[in-house]
Amino acid sequence: MTAPLTAASVALDGNLAAAPDAPEAFVASRGFWGHVGHRLVRDPVAMAAGVVILVVIAIAILSPWITPMDPYKGSMLRRLKPVGDATYWLGSDELGRDMISRLMLGSRLSLFMGVTPVLIAFVLGSGIGILAGYVGGWTNTILMRTIDVFFAFPSVLLAIALSGALGAGIFNSIVSLTCVFVPQIARVAESVTTGIRRRDYIDAAKLSGASAFTIMRVQVLGNVVGPIFVYSTSLISVSMILASGLSFLGLGVRPPEPEWGLMLNTLRTAIYVNPLVAALPGVAIFLVSISFNLFSDGLRSAMEIRQ
Amino acid sequence: MLLYILKRLVTVTPVAFGVSVVCFLLVHLAPGDPLSAVLPADATQQTIDEMRSAYGFDKPLPVQYAIWLWHVLHGDLGVSIATGRPVAQEVGRAVVNSLILASVATLIGFTFGTFFGFVAGYKRNSLLDRAASALSVFGVSVPHYWLGMVLVIVFSATLGWLPPTGAGPDGSGNWRPDIEHLRYIILPTVTMAVIPMGIIARTVRALVADILGQDFVEALRAKGMSEFGVFKHVVRNAAPTALAIMGLQLGYLLGGSILIETVFAWPGTGFLLNAAIFQRDLPLLQGSILVLAMFFVALNLIVDVMQTALDPRIERA
Repeated sequence: MTAPLTAASVALDGNLAAAPDAPEAFVASRGFWGHVGHRLVRDPVAMAAGVVILVVIAIAILSPWITPMDPYKGSMLRRLKPVGDATYWLGSDELGRDMISRLMLGSRLSLFMGVTPVLIAFVLGSGIGILAGYVGGWTNTILMRTIDVFFAFPSVLLAIALSGALGAGIFNSIVSLTCVFVPQIARVAESVTTGIRRRDYIDAAKLSGASAFTIMRVQVLGNVVGPIFVYSTSLISVSMILASGLSFLGLGVRPPEPEWGLMLNTLRTAIYVNPLVAALPGVAIFLVSISFNLFSDGLRSAMEIRQ
Repeated sequence: MLLYILKRLVTVTPVAFGVSVVCFLLVHLAPGDPLSAVLPADATQQTIDEMRSAYGFDKPLPVQYAIWLWHVLHGDLGVSIATGRPVAQEVGRAVVNSLILASVATLIGFTFGTFFGFVAGYKRNSLLDRAASALSVFGVSVPHYWLGMVLVIVFSATLGWLPPTGAGPDGSGNWRPDIEHLRYIILPTVTMAVIPMGIIARTVRALVADILGQDFVEALRAKGMSEFGVFKHVVRNAAPTALAIMGLQLGYLLGGSILIETVFAWPGTGFLLNAAIFQRDLPLLQGSILVLAMFFVALNLIVDVMQTALDPRIERA
């Protein structure tokens, strides 16, 4: 999937490709990440996606204080009010709880459970991949063949199998999703690292007396972190959908905690009464997931990484 | 070619072995004793011990694994705790239903995906190209279980055109290819097809754009070949990769169908897995995952071999 490329060539391509449409780039040297930021700002789609993500993060952080109503307080008389109701702006759910408040508070768990596994997997996967790629030999064989085994499971199946075996819960869901993403990130990290391990600057560092660990930490990590990071951001959307999917199946968050996937599940019975309200949590998942995808695509082209 | 297939078989064996270890360990990953779900809460220590030795849980793990593997290799996946029927039989029935769903969905996804991909690759940066890339982003970003719900809301709850759940009017759980059953398969397959459609459209677009930019296309046009003739060359060059992606997508759909099957109450492996998880039916869980994963491994192998056979540019190393 990922074309064999090296971070060094990425940096080089980034500079060259930036030149025609930004001649001033030669005057003011921004460095690699400066160029990436500069190109990203000029990408309207990626910027719009970034704004959506920031707004959702802000809502997630502030939600306990800014929800218009109590997200847990139901009312048997005011169940399944339609969207546009005078008191319930986005309607009410099957227990008469305010939808907009629940959607706002639900962003906390949905985002947390979607992003955390990728973050942990980014750290673990990079570590394993860099180690396998740099050390090579038997270490590489053992690590990468183990990873091949996990690749033999389609990711949805692996996530569900692990959480099914571990049992429902937020922690178990995060553990299972992390196990899904570590092999994927490690494989990318390994291929990028293998690409640069014979470079001159690695030899130079070796000759200067740096230890293997120092070389991995400084020379290798500095040059491979970009492509691995971009690849990891592209996994956030999958992770969001999967995390909410686990809650949708009843394997993640437990009621009465609001989480978008779980809300979608409990509202399934309401599709004949109030279809619009029942579909709302899915709109939220979709919006965040597509924003992460578009932002990741923007980042990828800003860094000139081809798929 | 035969040598190549043999070589691939040798490399795939350790992976298959690893998969079986993971599936075996799944049961032991579960918190507490694997028997705690079956035994009553007030079981005496003697009953527990008897059950442990009856199921072989008193033996060391490697021994248990060896016994389990021996049974699996003979087609015995154990007995379902919930129904008392052999797991192999239950999974076999469900796999057929899932396979029908996943194959039809892959076919729909491939047809539309290649169509959009070719149009977008030929007319790059046109309105159609934008629409095709929007469609592929939609395909990978949409929570498909929600899309299924939306389709049910529109076509079943509101318009009343199609049945919302199940595989057939009699509820027997066996799908047959007739008009009545066809109505039941439309919504789940369309929902499922969105994912491979997006991915295939994206891949084919990139492939076609790449092929059209190569020198040999220029040469074909220069010698006066008709645009249709050039098109045939493009198809022949793009086919191996596109078909490989299609094969892999079939595997992903088969393994990932649990959410869609739950939404539509489709009597396939996903539905079976769901039941196994919530009834803590561990033999059934273990068996269905093993079958699905092995199917995926086999499919990967077949795709690999077929791609090598079709594409003379790949070295049979």
